[in-house]
Amino acid sequence: MINEQTIKKESKLSFKFDLQSYTLIIALICIAIIFTFFTGGEFLSSRNISNLFTQMSIIAVLAVGMTLVIVAGHIDLSVGSIVGVTGGIAAMLQVWQGWSTPVVVLAAIIIGGLIGLWQGWWVAYRAVPAFIVTLGGMLIFRGVLIGLSDGQTISSLNPSFKQIGNSYLPFIPGYIVAAIAVILMIAFTVNGRRKRKEMGLLLLPSVIDYGKVAVYSVVLVVITYMLNRYLGIPIPFLIVAVIALVFMFITTKTAFGRRIYAIGGNPEAAALSGINIKRNTLYVFVSMGALAGVAGVLLTARLNAATVSAGNSYELDAIAACVIGGTSLMGGKGKIFGAIIGALIMASIDNGMSMMNIGAYWQYIVKGLILILAVWVDIISKNK
Amino acid sequence: MTEYVLEMKGITKEFPSVKALDNVTFSVRKGEIHALCGENGAGKSTLMKVLSGVYPAGTYSGKILIKGKEASFKNIKESQDAGVAIIYQELALVGEMTLAENLFLGHDLMRSPVINWNEIYKKSMVALEKVGLDLDPQMKVSELTVGKQQLLEIAKALTKETDILILDEPTAALTESDVAVLIKLLNELRKQGVTCIYISHKLGEIMELADSVTILRDGQTISTNSIEYLTEEKIITMMVGRELTELFPYEVHEISDENVLHVENYTSYNKSGKKVVSNINFNVKKGEIVGFSGLMGAGRSELFISLFGGMPGKKEGTVKLNNKTVTIKSPADAIKEGFAYVSEDRKRYGLVLGMDIAKNTTLIALNKVMKLNVISQALEVRAAEEITTKMKLKAPNLDIEVGKLSGGNQQKVVLSKWIMNNPKLLILDEPTRGIDVGAKYEIYKIMNELVQQGVGIVLISSELPEVLGMSDRILVMCEGEITGEFTREEATQEKVMMCATGGEKRD
Repeated sequence: MINEQTIKKESKLSFKFDLQSYTLIIALICIAIIFTFFTGGEFLSSRNISNLFTQMSIIAVLAVGMTLVIVAGHIDLSVGSIVGVTGGIAAMLQVWQGWSTPVVVLAAIIIGGLIGLWQGWWVAYRAVPAFIVTLGGMLIFRGVLIGLSDGQTISSLNPSFKQIGNSYLPFIPGYIVAAIAVILMIAFTVNGRRKRKEMGLLLLPSVIDYGKVAVYSVVLVVITYMLNRYLGIPIPFLIVAVIALVFMFITTKTAFGRRIYAIGGNPEAAALSGINIKRNTLYVFVSMGALAGVAGVLLTARLNAATVSAGNSYELDAIAACVIGGTSLMGGKGKIFGAIIGALIMASIDNGMSMMNIGAYWQYIVKGLILILAVWVDIISKNK
Repeated sequence: MTEYVLEMKGITKEFPSVKALDNVTFSVRKGEIHALCGENGAGKSTLMKVLSGVYPAGTYSGKILIKGKEASFKNIKESQDAGVAIIYQELALVGEMTLAENLFLGHDLMRSPVINWNEIYKKSMVALEKVGLDLDPQMKVSELTVGKQQLLEIAKALTKETDILILDEPTAALTESDVAVLIKLLNELRKQGVTCIYISHKLGEIMELADSVTILRDGQTISTNSIEYLTEEKIITMMVGRELTELFPYEVHEISDENVLHVENYTSYNKSGKKVVSNINFNVKKGEIVGFSGLMGAGRSELFISLFGGMPGKKEGTVKLNNKTVTIKSPADAIKEGFAYVSEDRKRYGLVLGMDIAKNTTLIALNKVMKLNVISQALEVRAAEEITTKMKLKAPNLDIEVGKLSGGNQQKVVLSKWIMNNPKLLILDEPTRGIDVGAKYEIYKIMNELVQQGVGIVLISSELPEVLGMSDRILVMCEGEITGEFTREEATQEKVMMCATGGEKRD
């Protein structure tokens, strides 16, 4: 008995085998294998991987923001319309008013943030359910877009704007970025282990810690190599990577991030623990709005045009990406990394099935089924 | 042979990591009230889940005989059909439905293509009368008090052919008067030949009510005895496997003259402008345990939630914390002033159940584990380890979800969370509700340690022995006012109850 207890104590910091993240990656690998098989290897070609990462970028940016919203116990149905309206305004400001690209990009992000502020205010300070506020927002901002653009498609943006969505980080800078990432990863691991040792905390076996770093590094280098074989790292993908890292940091390392999880997990307990629920909820919606602004810029840049239907139904793809990535719609649970993988799975299905020349209608059906399947797997793994 | 209505023989149930039940034997005679005792985690709930088919036959080994016939239930429905009805601690009623609808939910009467409401209402009246509820069956359940909801659950069980009625912690959330009603009803039902299995931590009730007692410890049957051979002390000793010298480890300690909290002419209103507490005057000194006694609804929790800034509405009067007049508008303000409030409902107000232990403990004092506004995982784990060790938390590791812990351990996590912030004033609202004897004892010990460090403690409790046993001074509330104050030496159950029921006021 005593023996058992000491063993338990010893394993206080046992290797956390995060099954959810791994099932996701396994699912992703399975999908990749299936498509590679059916496309005669074309699916994993450098060119296609590059396309895939570019295609996933917009939904991935939205899914990052949506993860925060869902973790906080809310939902945002308006992001598709915000993408449309911010991307549209960016195009109008540049094509009609001749504003320069950096100012236009900033304007789009700020407008997105302001829209988030408006919606967050209704949700947090007026206690209208987010479902309703953002359902309203979905209609309002689509209407604003149609009104402002007069129903026209606005095209031919400056080359500098187009490049945001269509250019690549060339060969050498690409490897430099990858190398820096690997070095940072190693540095963080070494430093983390040193700190734990100083504090007398239990350490994971070094094989596991460094093994993880090794695996991540290899994946990173292989991806960089594959992308460099084509045109380099797509800029939209780089933007996604940066945003994802920033938000991973926010969710795991800041008080704001921790509070969002507490609010979503149990708002009443969070309130009695001195957490300002209203203000934090407002921030969550502002960040979602600003990210939708980023996505709007990416979409307009990629298409070199803004249309009235731009971003239509993106909210559903973003929500699906989060849910596939393990975010619980009940709030309080979810990870940025999962959302990114979720977005990648969704993009892979679109991409792979179009390569196989399967009718577009099948993509909807398969994505829908995968969404249900993902939640079911989540439920049975919890019941174990 | 047939004198036993239920026999469970050699029941063993294993989970991947633990043996929850190890060759348990449990026999209940017809028409008796049989108490099942044991600390949290002793296997009581698991045993009842085996009996009720929550764990289907085949997932455990051993035999269940009901009225001498072997039973193997595949699901809850089958056990219900065989006459086993369980009423859980967390009631399973639909608040927005009427009493009648709840009573006959799932009953054959509700399954006919056209529901005969008149018949249902008629039968509901009979069923309600059986448990002493004189209510309109078309009332909504949400309008009932918890005590009456409990009686409704029993009425619901009795609408079916129930041979064995299992009550899991039925009185955990009840007021003393509701408990008395329940005990009277159970005595009545015993006369009518209903067999009852009664699971409770409250040994006083068991002594009063039970015919025999079975004690489980660490998944094993320790003994089954007729009540005549037992005393509370004997039961406790068998439950914890060691002798507890005393129930309440009160220690004489030094109380400073300095006030931590001083409240003058405090009146608080709720959102709709109704007075919740009025004209409250009291103080709490450094290192003092002040007990707050009273019936449920006397306004004790409301007083402190209001002082803590957790209740919207107008407030009047002066509040001084550490001799400084403060205006507390939100819990955040209160926490800044060194105020801590451990709520009576830990699952609802105390914990984020889906979060792990470490993160729950640092929720308030998060800045203590941050460097340059960044959370340091190493600092966080160390702080959580330190505090939970001090609280004697029993958990395999700190990254498991709090929702998976037992009640006593959950309460220790709540305490860890507040104590990590080094409070000067700690409000404990029903800190030992639904917690087993061993964990209770540990919580009292923690209280002793804290007062020795100079923390002022307010102990709100509906259990009189607890208030009398642990407090230096006792205040009694009734209908939103303080109606009595006693020193530890003066206080008796009778005097306190007199003030709590407003008896003295009406003289």
